[in-house]
Amino acid sequence: MNIEKMTAVEIGKKIKGKELSAPEVAEALIGNFRDREFINAYTEFDADTIKENARKAQEAIDRGEAGSVLAGVPIGVKDNISTKGELSTCASKILEGYKPPFDATAVDKLKKAHMFVAGKMNMDEFAMGSTSETSAYGPVRNPWNPDHVPGGSSGGAAAAVAAGAAICALGSDTGGSIRQPASYCGVTGFKPTYGVVSRYGLIAYASSLDQIGPVAADALDCAAIMDVISGIDANDSTTISLDQKESFLDSMTGDIKGRIIGVPEECFGEGVEDDVKAGVESVIKELEKCGAKAKPIHLPFIRYAVPTYYIIATAEASSNLSRFDGVKYGYRSKDSNSIDDLIINSRSEGFGPEVRKRILLGTFVLSSGYYDAYYNKALKMKRMIIDGFEDAYKDCDVIICPTAPMTAPRLGSSLSDPMKMYLSDIFTVSVNLAGLPGLSVPCGFDKKNMPIGAQIIGAAGRDKTVLNMGYAYQKVTDHHMKRPEV
Amino acid sequence: MNKEWEMVIGLEVHVELSTKSKIFCSCTTEFGGAPNTHCCPVCMGMPGTLPVLNKEVLTRAIKAGLALNCEIEKETRFDRKNYFYPDLPKAYQISQLYKPIAHDGLVEIEVGEETKQIRIHEMHMEEDAGKLIHSDWDNETYPDYNRCGVPLLEIVSEPDFRSAAEVSAYLEKIKSLFTYLGISDCKMQEGSMRADVNLSVRKKGAAEYGTRTEMKNINSVKAIERAIESEADRQVDLLISGEKVRQETRHWNDDKRSSYAMRSKENAQDYRYFPEPDIPPMIITDEEIDEIRRNLPEFMGEKKARFVDRYGLSAYDAGLLVQNKKQADFFESVVHEGADAKATANWMIGYFAKIMKDLAIEFEDIELSAPRLSKLIGFVESGKVNRKDGIELLNMMIKGEGPDDVEKYLEEKGLFLSNDNSELEKFVLEAIEANPKAVEEYKAGKEKVVGFLVGHVMKNAKGKFNPSVVKDAMKTELKKQ
Repeated sequence: MNIEKMTAVEIGKKIKGKELSAPEVAEALIGNFRDREFINAYTEFDADTIKENARKAQEAIDRGEAGSVLAGVPIGVKDNISTKGELSTCASKILEGYKPPFDATAVDKLKKAHMFVAGKMNMDEFAMGSTSETSAYGPVRNPWNPDHVPGGSSGGAAAAVAAGAAICALGSDTGGSIRQPASYCGVTGFKPTYGVVSRYGLIAYASSLDQIGPVAADALDCAAIMDVISGIDANDSTTISLDQKESFLDSMTGDIKGRIIGVPEECFGEGVEDDVKAGVESVIKELEKCGAKAKPIHLPFIRYAVPTYYIIATAEASSNLSRFDGVKYGYRSKDSNSIDDLIINSRSEGFGPEVRKRILLGTFVLSSGYYDAYYNKALKMKRMIIDGFEDAYKDCDVIICPTAPMTAPRLGSSLSDPMKMYLSDIFTVSVNLAGLPGLSVPCGFDKKNMPIGAQIIGAAGRDKTVLNMGYAYQKVTDHHMKRPEV
Repeated sequence: MNKEWEMVIGLEVHVELSTKSKIFCSCTTEFGGAPNTHCCPVCMGMPGTLPVLNKEVLTRAIKAGLALNCEIEKETRFDRKNYFYPDLPKAYQISQLYKPIAHDGLVEIEVGEETKQIRIHEMHMEEDAGKLIHSDWDNETYPDYNRCGVPLLEIVSEPDFRSAAEVSAYLEKIKSLFTYLGISDCKMQEGSMRADVNLSVRKKGAAEYGTRTEMKNINSVKAIERAIESEADRQVDLLISGEKVRQETRHWNDDKRSSYAMRSKENAQDYRYFPEPDIPPMIITDEEIDEIRRNLPEFMGEKKARFVDRYGLSAYDAGLLVQNKKQADFFESVVHEGADAKATANWMIGYFAKIMKDLAIEFEDIELSAPRLSKLIGFVESGKVNRKDGIELLNMMIKGEGPDDVEKYLEEKGLFLSNDNSELEKFVLEAIEANPKAVEEYKAGKEKVVGFLVGHVMKNAKGKFNPSVVKDAMKTELKKQ
């Protein structure tokens, strides 16, 4: 059985039609995982637990309990999303051995839909990075070329889906962490509008920007997963409800006639690789053939997005990550003589260099005397970015631009040039700052045969419009079906 | 304190709200409990958990803000106060700095004959921290997170106090307002009300404030008064001898009646406040504020004035009754049942107070029926029941041993005084006959012996007559002699 050739929705339908069972899918997945261990996509993949989870899901399906179209389908979960009684470490030494006493709301919803958790996925430590190289479990490799990074921070999720080592996965996206690795690995990744998916149980990096979303084979799978995980949550006061008249999946009509695509000039200029430009322009052409209209627009504020993002994200991170002090759970430094030493040593030894750097930066921008110069200014800039997008959406339904200005770089090349790495987030971070929905769809390959991703961005709450645009594109192209030789 | 100097004091008062559940989760706020049994992943700050505001906390904060005559912030929000300490599991406290729920208030206090207004700078909501328990057994320190997330209001005054007496009047006033509102029990001893004292001194008439020190978490009004007097003297002594006051936090040791420096301003923490991203701003409408304002209870001052006005009580008696809302409400119920207001006030201030003192109980601890008490007061005050017997019955009632039917009980025990005049006359004549010497003395002008003769009657009649009726009858009979 070639589960790597099937989408989650297809597998779900076969399970419903009794052509397949959850345990059979689990067996196939475990086999694929073993053949692809070199990509290092998982922080935890326990075959026995997965078989047990599959058996329980199948029992519920056999009892005829209501589930989703994805009942019986395994799903990988990024290691920063809490799974009850299973390691949830953010790929960090400081959370070594930590098993949460509760499920994240998104995971709880997966289980209620009779999907089952199949492993925890590798990532940049605390989701801080664009390459999945900062993990305490070692770097993830890109299945299209193991010398290249898979992107990050949800690199394990994207690499596993591309390689057939996962059917689909839950990732998290703070500044592009779902869309950029999806782009680098040639899979489909969706960041919902802020608040559409509960953050309860997502171990916070930057609370005002974090959002859980799906990484999968195509836009239909993303829509099906959104039907499972979205919705108001009494445990998260920042959740919002979208129009509930139609499910995500039912909204996937592929009809985009008359839709207006905004094409921001700023996103096709200097610094964007030619192959990437060509790939994304081909998406716009295909969509025009389907009845959409393209129109040039301007996003002049986009050049402020990266500094704004790194101030807000690191400020919140410096506070969110303060709770890891060696007192309650995770890593504790030995032989400390005072409480101050215990906290200082545990944090110095437990966090990796990228996380330490961001905590220091965030601590600095919130310090008395600097707050107005940095953090407050960044909040004002964030407001301007929100307003700027609102203006742009007066003239268009979606905006299409590259997900990243380049394709996946070689392992090791980014961390030696961090400014380049930070700047490569330019097209994704503004979407988080404005809280908008963004989808990355594969749209071809560059000369090195590395995948290119196009980003479709919608106005706040127009998640279905965005996914439907991606679906329309994938109906008439097959880039999303291409898989690397393993 | 030296007459040429004055003290300048500002207060930060923390009040625990008596909501059933914590401010950001559904754990109980109950005091005590085995360590770490009143907590959950949210109040223990486990990774990935999020705070969800208990709406009752916001409602109570608005009530408190209105009672302190504050402006209510229409778009209030929480901020994070970041610092590391093992009793603070998230390493930040969710508090309010930039947009506190209430600001610019005014509290009127009475000190002696004077009234004075204390300005409120702001009042905000926040979560309490846990506490650390040191074990002498193994010389380790253990955190107890039960108190984490108990809702607090912090009330920050302007530096308007000039004496310890003003400070204690203010604390009593806040306690009275908040207990009348039913939002907190404000017990300093149990830590549900705590005060930090910011104090400086200056020469009388000086325009500038001196350098201030802060004394934290002193746990009784008396101790606060002592701490203030001591600290003001210490600062004046320093300044007179040409030294400077250091800006620092000092710990008051009430047993030793002295304070020592804990940390100076150089070591002051930078709390790196920023808006709490996990809780959206709260929008409060004028309608909501008006609705809460309309339902505010009558406060102590208003109630006292009304008691004087409506029931004709003295200001002093009314003042004593309204000290405690439950007591004031009970007074009104008893009067409502028909008892005379002044008599009821006298009973509650006099007999009640003595009995409660003898039994060492508080008014809060007793359950009394207003209709039964009203009846009893009526019988005693109209002379139908002997006062001594009435008080004895009251004593039983306060202990919870009183009868269901007061009238039936008095009947059965034969405690109603007799109205039978012919019978009374027999007893009176018998007393006169038995005490010829006393009668002689009366005739010689010794009025006092009437009391002796009345006593004789009361003893023989086993108290079945009203003593004042016996006295009248006795006087009438003696005049005939």
